[in-house]
Amino acid sequence: MMQPNRSRLRYLLGYRCFAKPALYVRFLAGFRKPGKTGQNTALNAPVGVSAWKKAGLANHYLEGRYVEGVRKVAWVTSGAPIEILRALGFYVFYPENHGALCGARKVATEIMQAAEQQGYSPALCSYARTDLGSLLSGKTPLQKIPRPDLLLACTNICQTVLSWYRCLAEYLNVPLYLIDTPFLFRDATPDQIDYVKRQLEGLIPVAEQVAGRSLKWSRLRQVVSWSKEATQLWLEVLETAKAKPSPLTAFDGFIHMAPIVEQRGETHAIRYYRDLLKRLQNRIQRREGAVKEERFRVLWDNLPVWYRLRHLAEFLAERGVNVVASTYTYAWAELAPMMDSNRPLETIARTYLHVFLNRPARSKLKVMEKMIHDFQIDGVILHSDRSCKPYSLGQMDQRDHLVSRLNVPALLLEADHNDSRAFAEQQIRTRLEAFVEMMEQRK
Amino acid sequence: MTLPAAIGIDAGSTTIKLVAIDRKGEVILQVIEKTEPLVAPQAERLLKSVLEETGASGSVPVVATGYGRKLIRSATLHKTEIACHAAGIYEEFQQAGTLVDIGGQDTKVIRLDSDGRVINFAMNDKCAAGTGRFLENLANRLNIPIEKLGPEALGASKAQPISSTCTVFAESEVISLLAEGIPLQEILLGLHQALISRLSAMVQALQPAPPIFLSGGGAKNPALAQLLENSLGHPIRISARPQFVGAYGAALIGLKTDLPSKTALPL
Repeated sequence: MMQPNRSRLRYLLGYRCFAKPALYVRFLAGFRKPGKTGQNTALNAPVGVSAWKKAGLANHYLEGRYVEGVRKVAWVTSGAPIEILRALGFYVFYPENHGALCGARKVATEIMQAAEQQGYSPALCSYARTDLGSLLSGKTPLQKIPRPDLLLACTNICQTVLSWYRCLAEYLNVPLYLIDTPFLFRDATPDQIDYVKRQLEGLIPVAEQVAGRSLKWSRLRQVVSWSKEATQLWLEVLETAKAKPSPLTAFDGFIHMAPIVEQRGETHAIRYYRDLLKRLQNRIQRREGAVKEERFRVLWDNLPVWYRLRHLAEFLAERGVNVVASTYTYAWAELAPMMDSNRPLETIARTYLHVFLNRPARSKLKVMEKMIHDFQIDGVILHSDRSCKPYSLGQMDQRDHLVSRLNVPALLLEADHNDSRAFAEQQIRTRLEAFVEMMEQRK
Repeated sequence: MTLPAAIGIDAGSTTIKLVAIDRKGEVILQVIEKTEPLVAPQAERLLKSVLEETGASGSVPVVATGYGRKLIRSATLHKTEIACHAAGIYEEFQQAGTLVDIGGQDTKVIRLDSDGRVINFAMNDKCAAGTGRFLENLANRLNIPIEKLGPEALGASKAQPISSTCTVFAESEVISLLAEGIPLQEILLGLHQALISRLSAMVQALQPAPPIFLSGGGAKNPALAQLLENSLGHPIRISARPQFVGAYGAALIGLKTDLPSKTALPL
């Protein structure tokens, strides 16, 4: 009993009374200097949110340092149905987001090598390698990652998570709950929804036991409605990029997607996107673009290249390219209308079944076609992500379709979302420049 | 000598090429050298000597392409190899088709429409197995002049399959095959086939429209042209000056673009 009490004290005094207020003060006082973007580059300063909202996002990771032994912790895959866990008061941690953070801070490759030294293949997903490497070496840019009491993996994003989370369960000796989502060749059938729903019903007692409390259905409905609201707002945020010039780049979107992934089902995500949306709408009224001179509007497919995010944004902006939209950020928004808080379990089953990566390549192509039309796209960059096979599969056919049928220039760009060793600087520069030349020829 | 109206420099990974053209787009002078570790001074030196040789006084547009393009400060414009190769090959053949350029460490496939615009392109990434470097390495290892590789390979009655497409590992494979007494010609044919199987997959992925134009140092190798033709099933047309297509295209772009009348080099 000593341990939890000490943790609680640390949480109350260290986190609630000191670290959290200090974080807010730091953000509100503007101690965090803005980046140099917008000063001497082809990009205008990106639209942010208020310091208060920004602090709210940083607070998520800060709380993680103190939360062990106070709130139950779950590690989940990015496509996992977290609403049940949220309703039970879990602190939810996303190894994939942590991986992205390591990538953006340019420490992922070093961390991954720790996993490779233990025998994990370099062909394994770089998120998995970053996570396992971080666990094995203790390296993280976040000082401390809370150890989980429960692991929840859902196969709707890929099959790698199956083995990855089994390894985690083995290392950490905590229960793992797997949700299997059958691949959808067309819209989900009632049987398929029922199959996932029954697995969700099975998750409830497992999570209840770990949490030490019972699920309140009213709370679950509340969480689902918050998820829906945040998702809806995120969709509206992304759709502001339909304006010409676009107030937003997909690179900004990659940064602003943190709340929809990590804080979905919490009120902070709603407040964050409401604020962001208002600021973007103001920017549209001012007719100010994210890129100072927007000559070409481009769609990005697949995950971002986290360790070269700003570099790519600036490189393209200098050439008049605004990457206005991406299928990746859109994937977290497009299912908003599907959610219905009155039938929480069925809604969760249906929504999480229909995520992008659980549907065939032609369905992504359809979404891309619609986006090309809606966002008035001049060209498409298909990031062939060495790590994300399910996302990259079919891109070659998609490129051919875009080029031959829709007459839209498309570039297949080989890289990796987190492993900087797979990024060939010179080759990528040449390809991107040639892609811009291709669009220029058509203007 | 006619005064040049534009100059193109293609600073590639293996060789650096320079082409000077007159107002009509006719080649006045072309120069090729092995790329030195410091590309910038080499390019400046070549440029200076060409300007002196042709008697050009100064304000000639210079367009740079190739991996070293950004290092050539005196260039009035920098263009990618894709745009330059497309311009160069279109000027030569004046029709739609697909260009395969087998360069030193870079192989390009470019699809052109009937106006010479680039519809689509692909380049090898992260691996030099489908490029000239693959054969160059082995020629060095086997002590055979590179220009003899192709004719030697075509002299074989059958090919010895080479399982490794990795440039480095293929070397050790070849050494052990020679030790086993396999005739050199058969090994050479196998090596060419290994390169072509890799290259052909890259070309096919781009849904090539015939005819196939061939350029780059690799186009001078008759075995590559023949094997590629067999593999793709489309007629191959080899550029008259395969190694200069990029530099020639760069010069053409210099001729056609309204460039600021900036002196290329302080003479």
